Amino acid sequence: MSDFIQSLDPRIVRLQVREDQPFEPKEAGDQWETYEVFHQAKTGARLIHVGSLHAPSPDLALVFAKEQYGRRSTTTDMWVVRTADIFTLHRQDIDMFETAQEKLHREPQGYMEVRKYIEEFKKRQQQEGTSDGSEAGSH
Amino acid sequence: MYGGGYIPGSASPQEAPKEDPEKLAEFEEKINRGEKIEPHDWMPYEYRRQLIRMIEQHAHSEIIGALPEGTWITRAPGFKRKLALMAKVQDEVGHAQLLYSAAETLGKSREQMINDLLSGKSKYSNVFNYPAKTWADAAIIAWLVDAGAIINQTTNSKGSYGPYCRALERICWEESFHLRYGYDTVVALATGTKKQRQMVQDALNRWWRPIMHFFGPPDKISVHTEKLVRWKVKLATNDEMRQQFLNMYVPKIRELGLEIPDPILHKDPETGKWVYSDPDWDEFFRVINGNGPCNKERLAVRKKAEMMGQWVRRALRNPRQQYVTPLA
Repeated sequence: MSDFIQSLDPRIVRLQVREDQPFEPKEAGDQWETYEVFHQAKTGARLIHVGSLHAPSPDLALVFAKEQYGRRSTTTDMWVVRTADIFTLHRQDIDMFETAQEKLHREPQGYMEVRKYIEEFKKRQQQEGTSDGSEAGSH
Repeated sequence: MYGGGYIPGSASPQEAPKEDPEKLAEFEEKINRGEKIEPHDWMPYEYRRQLIRMIEQHAHSEIIGALPEGTWITRAPGFKRKLALMAKVQDEVGHAQLLYSAAETLGKSREQMINDLLSGKSKYSNVFNYPAKTWADAAIIAWLVDAGAIINQTTNSKGSYGPYCRALERICWEESFHLRYGYDTVVALATGTKKQRQMVQDALNRWWRPIMHFFGPPDKISVHTEKLVRWKVKLATNDEMRQQFLNMYVPKIRELGLEIPDPILHKDPETGKWVYSDPDWDEFFRVINGNGPCNKERLAVRKKAEMMGQWVRRALRNPRQQYVTPLA
């Protein structure tokens, strides 16, 4: 008995562990495979990638995801997916997004001048009195 | 917690390969602009090596740090304290999971990291090689060691490696509870009976030195390459973090009528810096090299736990499993 570590922790005393406890180094695969976790904090919100974990199956990945990413605040949904099943861009291809310098033609900010044109048009109409306004809006 | 605190570098730095100067310049410019480095970006060999070491040892510190605190779960004074301590210890183990994943993105497998912890090759924070003798020790750990860890982690969360920053942000968010819980537990004892006050004073006496050690040796004897600062791997010096801790916590400790076991501890009115006794750095190095009061127990307990769980992990393993490093 005296070979066992006498710890302050009663659980460790009960464990009966020796200082020279043998250990077989872990083999590859001991920690299973990796999953990515997506979390929704409230209904109507998007699921957001919150991190990854190791699990032997999708069912256990969900159990571990609850422990790992659902301990605080609120959770309304969680997804897991095997990391191996995710396809990503190559990092060296990321510069493809740098090609378009200016994307005003596909953003609402590209169409903010209508009020100016309308006011100019109205002004010209007034100046021309009751004329037919055929020159208005010639921009 | 447990912020890793200071853990020494590998004794024999491997020869780093010569880096492509163009790629290196691009990498450094990116960090200068405040952008983060992500797992599949190009990075210098030495950046990767230092980050693996740092994140891995931080993860080990969370796992081992759960042991001294876990000691008091069965004997926590009352149901509320027991619930809180279980939640805290579970958080620490959860933080290890986050950190191991962040380190894995750099290419070292989790199996290899755990093997290196258990063989003694890889270190963990020295502070956990000391025993938690009484409930008051658990209270002091939860308040002051976590306070130190939060200073360390908040600093590191402004680093340059994306996955580590994201893990640290989540960890710091969860640890705000640890710090309040620890303070509450210490205050309950310090404002209690004479016996309770004595208990918390004794615990402070035992832990003060390890806490001063926590941030690492003074800058004048510790080597930080300027490179690690430039690459935002190291963001504050050991002394800077220690000063920050003293600034924030010495007044709070003294407010409780507790005496800090350092007769010369005071703030120099001219420099605005704290002056303190030498916390015996020889002891620090002796303990971190395996000769502290609990080093052997900590590793033996982890080895036994790993061995006892081995058959479960094997039974659950899917023969077609396919390990890939976590994405981010």
